[in-house]
Amino acid sequence: MEFSILTLCYLIGSITFIIGLKMLSDPANARKGNLIAAAGMTIAIAGTIFLYESEGEKLHNYGWIFGGLVIGGIIGTLAAKKVQMTAMPEMVSLFNGMGGACAALISIIEFDHLVNDPVVVSHGHILIIFLGLVIGSVSFAGSVVAWGKLNGRFGDFSFRGQHIVNIFIFLLIVVSSAYAVITADTELNSNFLYGILFLSLLYGIFFVLPIGGADMPVVISLLNSFTGVAAACGGFLYDNKVMLTGGILVGAAGTLLTILMCKAMNRSLLNVLIGSFGASGAKSGSAKKEQGNYKEISLADAAVVMSYATKVMIVPGYGLAVAQAQHVCHDLEKVLTEKGVDVKYAIHPVAGRMPGHMNVLLAEADVSYDKLLEMEHANEEFPSTDVVLVLGANDVVNPAAKTDPSSPIYGMPILDVELAKTVIVNKRSMKPGYAGIENDLFFRPKTSMLFGDAKKVLQDLLSEIKNM
Amino acid sequence: MLSWISANQEMIYIVVLMIFLGIEVIGRVPSVLHTPLMSGANAIHGVVIIGAIIVMGKAEQDNYLALSLGFLAVILGTLNVVGGFVVTDRMLEMFKKKKK
Repeated sequence: MEFSILTLCYLIGSITFIIGLKMLSDPANARKGNLIAAAGMTIAIAGTIFLYESEGEKLHNYGWIFGGLVIGGIIGTLAAKKVQMTAMPEMVSLFNGMGGACAALISIIEFDHLVNDPVVVSHGHILIIFLGLVIGSVSFAGSVVAWGKLNGRFGDFSFRGQHIVNIFIFLLIVVSSAYAVITADTELNSNFLYGILFLSLLYGIFFVLPIGGADMPVVISLLNSFTGVAAACGGFLYDNKVMLTGGILVGAAGTLLTILMCKAMNRSLLNVLIGSFGASGAKSGSAKKEQGNYKEISLADAAVVMSYATKVMIVPGYGLAVAQAQHVCHDLEKVLTEKGVDVKYAIHPVAGRMPGHMNVLLAEADVSYDKLLEMEHANEEFPSTDVVLVLGANDVVNPAAKTDPSSPIYGMPILDVELAKTVIVNKRSMKPGYAGIENDLFFRPKTSMLFGDAKKVLQDLLSEIKNM
Repeated sequence: MLSWISANQEMIYIVVLMIFLGIEVIGRVPSVLHTPLMSGANAIHGVVIIGAIIVMGKAEQDNYLALSLGFLAVILGTLNVVGGFVVTDRMLEMFKKKKK
C-alpha cells in the first residue's frame, strides 16, 4: 500500500475520535476530550480538501467547497454561541438532523452518478447507498420533529393504529430498498430512490411525533446513533476509514448511551418507543380523576419557613431553566446559608429536558459541585430535611410513578420529597407537566403551592428573607 | 454479495471492532455527562462532511444537481461539525467553572 499523508491524517482523526469520546465520559477531562476530537476533525477535513485524490485526479470546485464551509461554519458557530442554555437539547437535535441530511444527500448524488454513468456496480455498493439514504433521512426528519417538539412548535400527535402504519411504512422501505438492490445490475431507477427518500422522511416524522416530550432526550440520542451509522455508510462508499471509524463509533456509543439514559429513567427502550401509544389513553383516564384541593402559601410565609429551617433541599426542574432563574436560585442559597441554613440541591437524573441539564445550569450560576446531590443521596436526606423547595419540577417528584401502575411514568424512580417535613412547590400554574399527567403531590397535606414564574418568585422570596 | 464482502473485508473488520470499542469507551459515564457526551458524539458523526467534500470536489462543472445538492451537503455537514463541537464546549465550559 502506498504511503500518503492523507492516510496519516485519517489515522490521526480516527484516534482522536476514540480518545475524545473516552475523555468525554470523564468529568475532569471532558472539555479537553471535546477539543481533541475537534482538532482531529479539522486535520481530517483539511487533509481531504488538499490531499484527496481519486484516480489520480485532485478535487475541484474549491470555490463551492470553501463557500459551503464558510457559510456552515458561520451559521453553526453563531447558532451554537447564541443559543440559551435551556435550548441546548433542541440545538443538539437540530445539528444531528443536519448530519443526517448530509448523509442522505451524499447517497442521492452518488446514486445519480451511477444512473448517468453506468458502470458495473456491486449489490453491496447499492445497498450501502440505500442504507445511507434511509437512515440519514429518518434521522433528519426525526431530529427536526424532536427539535420542534422540544421548543413547542409541534405538539404531540398520534392517531389510532399509528404504530401499524409505522410498521407498514417501515416494511415498505425495506421491501422496496431490497428490490432496488436486487435489480440494481439490470436497471437503476431514480424514481425508486425518490420514493424511498419520501417514505423515509415520512417514517422519521411518524416515528418521533407520538413520543412524549419527557422521552425526547432518549429519542435524540437514538437518532444521534442513527446518523453515526449513516456517516459510516459514506465511509464504505469512499473507502474512507475516518468516516467509517467515526460513524460506527458514534453509532455504537450512541446506542449504549440511549440504553443508559433509559436505565436512568428505569424504562426499557421499547417502552419509550412503543409506550407512547398507550400513554394517550392513560392520560385521559387519570385526568378525569377528582383531585381535591391544594393550598397556597404566601411569599412571606414561605420566607419565614425557609429561613428558620435547619435544612432546605431545592429540587430544580425545567421551570427553573425556562425562567433562567439559576442565578437567583444561587443567591437565595447564599442568603439562606448565611442564616445558618443547610442548603442542598436534589438533582434527578432526567430533571429538565435532558440528563445532566440541571447540573449544567446550576454550574453556570457557580453553584458548588458538592451541593448537588444525586437522586439516591437526596432520597436518603429527605427524612431529615425541613423544607423542600420544588422549582418548576413536576414529573420527577410525581408519586404516581410509584403508586399508579396505569401512569405513563410508572416505574420511573422519583425524588421522595414527601419524606421531608414541608414541601413548597413553585409552578406557574396548576397545569400538568411535560408528560401531561396530574401530580398528586400538589394535593397532599404537606404540600403548599407558590405560583408564579420561578425567577420572579425567587427574587421576591429573596427580598422577603433579606428584610426579615 | 460474497465477493463484495471479501472485497471490503478490511472495512467490515473495522466496523465490528469499532462497535465493541464504542460500547467499551463510554461504558462508565456518569449520568451528569450524558448530555455533553451525546452532544460530543453528535459532533463526531459530523465526519460525514468529508463525504460531502469528496462529492462536491468530484462533481462535474455542468452537473447542476450534484453541484447544488453537494453544496447543500457541505453546508449541512459543516453545521453539524462546527455547531456540535461549539455547543459541547459551551456545555463543558460550565462544568469547568465549578472545579475551581
